[in-house]
Amino acid sequence: MSEFPSSARVVVIGAGIVGNSIVGHLAELGWRDIVQIDKGPLPNPGGSTGHASNFIFPVDHNKEMAMLTLDSQRQYIEMGVNVTCGGVEIARTPERLEELRRRMSSATAWGIESTLLTKAEVGELLPFVNLDVVLGGFYTPSVSCVDSLRAGTIFRERATALGALVTIPNVEVTDVEVIDGQVRAVVTDQGRIEAEYVVIACGVWAPLIARMAGATIPLVPAVHQMIDVGPIPILEATGNEIGYPIVRDMDTFMYERQTGGSMEVGSYAHRPIFHAPAEIPSIKESRLSPTELPFTAEDFDAQLEDALELMPDILATAEMKYAINGLLSLTPDGYPLLGETIEVKNLWSAAAVWIKEGPGVGRLIAEWMTHGVSEIDPHQSDIARFYPYARNDHHVRARCAEHFNKTYGIVHPREQWASERDIRTAPYHQRTEALGAVYFQAGGWERPHWYESNASLVEEFGVADRPHEWDARWWSPIQHAEHLALRSRVGMVDLAPFVVFEVSGPGTVPYLQHLAVNNVDVEVGRSVYTPLLDERGGFRSDLTMLRLAEDQYWVVTGAFDGPRDQFWFRKHLPSDGSVTFVDRTSAYCTIGLWGPKARDVMATLTDADVSHAGFPYGASREVVFGSIPVRLFRISYVGELGWEIYVSMEHALAVWDRVFEAGQPFGLVPVGAGVYGTTGRLEKGYRLMGAELSGEYDPVEAGLARPKVKSAEFIGKAAYLAAREQGPTATLCTLTVLDHTSPRDGIARYMSGGEPIVTKAGERIVDAKGRPSYVTSAGASPSTASFVLLAYLPSEMAEVGAEFCVKYMNELYPVRVAVAGSTPYFDPADERMKA
Amino acid sequence: MRIAVCVKRVPAPGARIALSDDGAAIDTKNLGFTTSPHEECAVEAAIALNEQHGGETTVFTVGPPEADEQLRYAISVGAHHAVLVSVGEEGADPDPQATAAALVDAIHARETAAGEFDVVLFGNDSADSGGFQVGVRVARALGRPIVNGAKGIAIVDAQGASESGSGRAVEVRRESSSGSDVFRLPLPAAVGVLEGINLPRYATLPGRLKSKKAEVPMTTATMAAPRVVTRRFEVPEEQVTETVMLGDGADAAERVVDLLIELGLA
Amino acid sequence: MSVLVFVDLDRGALGPTATQACGLAVDVANGAPVIAVAMGSAPAEVATALGAAGASTVTVLEHEALDDYAPEAWGDALAQIIGRVEPAVVLATGNDRGNEVLAHAAAVLDLPFAANVLSLGAIGPTTSLTRVRWGGSLIEHAELLSERPIVSTALHAFAAPEGGAVPVVETMALELSADAARTRIVDRITVDAGITLQTAPVVVSGGRGVGSAEGFAALEQFAALVGGAVGCSRVVTNQGWRPHSDQVGQTGKRVAPELYVACGISGAIQHWIGMQAASTVLAINIDAAAPMVAKADYAVIGDLHDVVPAIVAALERRRPRT
Repeated sequence: MSEFPSSARVVVIGAGIVGNSIVGHLAELGWRDIVQIDKGPLPNPGGSTGHASNFIFPVDHNKEMAMLTLDSQRQYIEMGVNVTCGGVEIARTPERLEELRRRMSSATAWGIESTLLTKAEVGELLPFVNLDVVLGGFYTPSVSCVDSLRAGTIFRERATALGALVTIPNVEVTDVEVIDGQVRAVVTDQGRIEAEYVVIACGVWAPLIARMAGATIPLVPAVHQMIDVGPIPILEATGNEIGYPIVRDMDTFMYERQTGGSMEVGSYAHRPIFHAPAEIPSIKESRLSPTELPFTAEDFDAQLEDALELMPDILATAEMKYAINGLLSLTPDGYPLLGETIEVKNLWSAAAVWIKEGPGVGRLIAEWMTHGVSEIDPHQSDIARFYPYARNDHHVRARCAEHFNKTYGIVHPREQWASERDIRTAPYHQRTEALGAVYFQAGGWERPHWYESNASLVEEFGVADRPHEWDARWWSPIQHAEHLALRSRVGMVDLAPFVVFEVSGPGTVPYLQHLAVNNVDVEVGRSVYTPLLDERGGFRSDLTMLRLAEDQYWVVTGAFDGPRDQFWFRKHLPSDGSVTFVDRTSAYCTIGLWGPKARDVMATLTDADVSHAGFPYGASREVVFGSIPVRLFRISYVGELGWEIYVSMEHALAVWDRVFEAGQPFGLVPVGAGVYGTTGRLEKGYRLMGAELSGEYDPVEAGLARPKVKSAEFIGKAAYLAAREQGPTATLCTLTVLDHTSPRDGIARYMSGGEPIVTKAGERIVDAKGRPSYVTSAGASPSTASFVLLAYLPSEMAEVGAEFCVKYMNELYPVRVAVAGSTPYFDPADERMKA
Repeated sequence: MRIAVCVKRVPAPGARIALSDDGAAIDTKNLGFTTSPHEECAVEAAIALNEQHGGETTVFTVGPPEADEQLRYAISVGAHHAVLVSVGEEGADPDPQATAAALVDAIHARETAAGEFDVVLFGNDSADSGGFQVGVRVARALGRPIVNGAKGIAIVDAQGASESGSGRAVEVRRESSSGSDVFRLPLPAAVGVLEGINLPRYATLPGRLKSKKAEVPMTTATMAAPRVVTRRFEVPEEQVTETVMLGDGADAAERVVDLLIELGLA
Repeated sequence: MSVLVFVDLDRGALGPTATQACGLAVDVANGAPVIAVAMGSAPAEVATALGAAGASTVTVLEHEALDDYAPEAWGDALAQIIGRVEPAVVLATGNDRGNEVLAHAAAVLDLPFAANVLSLGAIGPTTSLTRVRWGGSLIEHAELLSERPIVSTALHAFAAPEGGAVPVVETMALELSADAARTRIVDRITVDAGITLQTAPVVVSGGRGVGSAEGFAALEQFAALVGGAVGCSRVVTNQGWRPHSDQVGQTGKRVAPELYVACGISGAIQHWIGMQAASTVLAINIDAAAPMVAKADYAVIGDLHDVVPAIVAALERRRPRT
């Protein structure tokens, strides 16, 4: 062995599937001088990769996860370590059958071939299954098993062959040195390695390494129990490692997977069992490996009964040869933890990644480190996504305890968390509570989604209920009634979750110009809505900037992207101290006041001129409500006349009461986020980051390109200019659903987003860049008594009046393009907003 | 064939055993517990004898209430009954004499109630304490012959012929430097079993589920104060295996043969 | 005071490790008499050897039942001599017979017995000692509360002294109960030809590196030449190259041969668990960084497809043909 290296361009900590994939892809992208270390031996250092079940079910409702999985599967295939065996998800209940229909829609959306199986067809594929408990199945022929250890070796070998990599096993990290907020070196029991970059890719141990550097990687090692049962003659007879499709017994949260002559039975049904990273035993202290902990049989007994019920003939005599409490990494929201840590520059996290995403994540991280962007937008996996309350062990454990048993659960797209509630509330929370607010969480804030106090409006506006329980879940007709009340009278909206950054100092204008697509050098008192792009010209964010003074701006962004945006702004701060960045979110509360009567209400609250001429659209200024200073901003995300009222937290309760009281003569009602975020937004065609806007689309395609491009340089400008030159490949459209009647049930059904847009013949639609058409947002347009979907269509198909179908619960519903581009579907001239 | 098997609950550690800070005990926080390996083989031997000759197996243990887990495991692989002799806090670390005394009482009580055991099986020695004596002490107290180190057990008639019905003697094969020594003990007898005598079966799913429902009576024993008193443990200095490189490729063959000769294997 | 050492004879021949306990005995005796006790009959060369190993007296206990190994009878006899001599301490090497006979004697006398001791403190009512636990993974510091400590020495922890004087030899006939003879060797079987994975002195095992079912032919040849058996890793059975019954490891068989030859096996912990009890491990691997190479006692770096046939050829050349 040569000398222990004293320096490296990048040190990758971890030689599981993630670390190996990263070194392979970094080398391929031209990185050299990579040092990879692991505290365990090769090829199996004893982490979660070593005991993984190694199977891949590509269908996922979530696009980002599905894309990472498909990319990973492609890589496994290319390396020759992928064995296609097919997989069957079994339904024992009618609810699960419906969920399998929903999975069919997701399969179509992401381009995965799947079919629904009758009970008899399940029996043909899986002759050993007890069909008495089976209602049907969902079959994906491309489900596969991979050799993740072998894949890791291949990645390392490729990087080594390029002269890019030195891998050193059996090295324990003892410290990570950080100077001036930037990582400088990794200290190990065998020596110190100076490094420009450090990537933490060591799974369940990642939080420990991060802590050494003063960073946080919020995950918890959790137990996933599995047993190996055999020998089973019918499996031995296949003569293969895997000859039968993998079974997911969805309703019992279990899987059964052949491995040679045995069946591996795994479960996500047992109680959540968590471990502390620091207390995971060492390799030497482990009976099997550090992440194969002693099996706690009593936790698995119920699953044994379920497994026996499903496969009584083959499991009755087979022996349990191997049983473990395997450790894997769980995160508060179930998504990986990827990207540069918010605390330490050049310290990257690639954690909480499963086998099915490993190589895809490796490519993503390598691209991101190399180019600043990756082909797949890691919006949901970005480690910068958490507010402080979500970056600690308490929160991680609470949320993971809640979602562990939902691993195979039927999770509604609008489903809310039960744990970790009431931790961020507006100063007037008791008022909204008294109004019967039903809260959805936004960035941890309790935000009213609708108000039960508005129940009587349902009759007043004649709003219909939804006949199907699934469509009506986490929804209320009151939302639509509130919408119509706001459009006809006036409503007030709790916007406390708004994120407010204050940017000031002599360097402010050039700094913001560098980040924003649109010209931010507007008059004091004016504002600008602007996308922020990444280096490739895809969306990084969209937000509003208010110029308060020559060298002072407020940047206002949404609750869901606050932490990611903050990370982006801080990352690009000039090093000369010419710009001061302060997060004012906790200092200010925001209340929206919108509707045709909004001006009348506002006129009773302040002596300031609130006429259209005196307070034009887009303007912001400080006024007083009596003695209380507030900042009014004439803008609207629901396309209505009115203002956002920014007020210091301590005055917020008083302002809420005053607005509420002042509005009563004008018929003011409180209006929830169901209107603000969905119905009001969608009929106006307003785009949402993370839904319509992502790194994979550009402003031209999203319809957000302005006629002119500012002269100042900004991030992504070259790509943006090229996109304008080239024209859009896809165009964001507003579609209306022509008929909601389910061919199967004959009742009206309502989409919730994520469904594929297909041709009338049911063919999948993909644009010239390979991007599928799917519903980015769905919701009612109560003002037009219709239901709208936003979706990108290949530009050549994006013609008003063109008809397609949306595939919802595996049924086709006709839709028509109402708008191609960003023109609002409702009030296209914005007359209401600019009244 | 009525068979008793005495087993011990022991932690299942890795290559290095973690100790409490004061070294007085093993840190079992991350460890599972198992039946001491020789005894696991004894249970298997008992079940195999039952399968061959009929009868039933009763498993005994002296230990903490948690040792119920090991008794149920024995039931899950085919034992019929189990008896837990629970030691209190004070008797938590009994020495071999106290353990043997408690087992004698429990076996005696069971025999009084349900009849004599033809064979009482033990593990040769326990994985954790390696005392090499509990079986001998129990057999002596019960007045039965015992031989340790069994690598083969068969029920035979007094002349040594195989007999499928009610046997008269147990024939025990034990490895010696030249091959095997054979002992033939008149029944009732006791045998200390050595790992490798068989490959213990694992529990089936129904076996595991059945074992959960089994009744495992627990009695509490007052344990005599130990006369071998553990003060503390120490992890021996690590023996670093210095791998001796015999060479590269086919050229190393001669040195491999040298090694085989040196080890007396060629 | 005196020190009594039980030494195991096999029909008059000194057991290979029998005199190791003399090392501790001479130490503890510190000039006091060391009495070696043997059963059955002890030829002159045995007495000479025991004297050389430090015994001042060799006491041979005679009875028909003691001529061949009979643990109950030997234990009874030892208990009787302990009762007569009243030594300060009773020792034996902690081999199979030593531990078994001391256990019997201790049971008869109702005295505590500490097996596999590494060191003894001053002998007294409370004697401190260290002993092997967990198969050597731990050392226990303990106190033996006994008026007459009975202790076996951990195998190979002590070496027999050399150069001792000629001992006094005395024989003593004993009365034993009729029952004592019931536990005795009735037959001896010399090793038969049937070799299994678990009994073979050598296991030649193949992993992924073997590459195919056919690749095992060379391993079979190697094993046959040394009276060994062929094993394999999990990958191999998964590939269908070998039956599951040949699989060594966590989910296969656990073996403890004198020599384990790992050919093209990387050495994952799951495999290591199945063969860690092997006395000696030889790794043949193309990758010098494989964990199996690091953990092995001996290693050959190279392609097993070259190395194994070369070993077979060398063995055939160097073994006398019979």
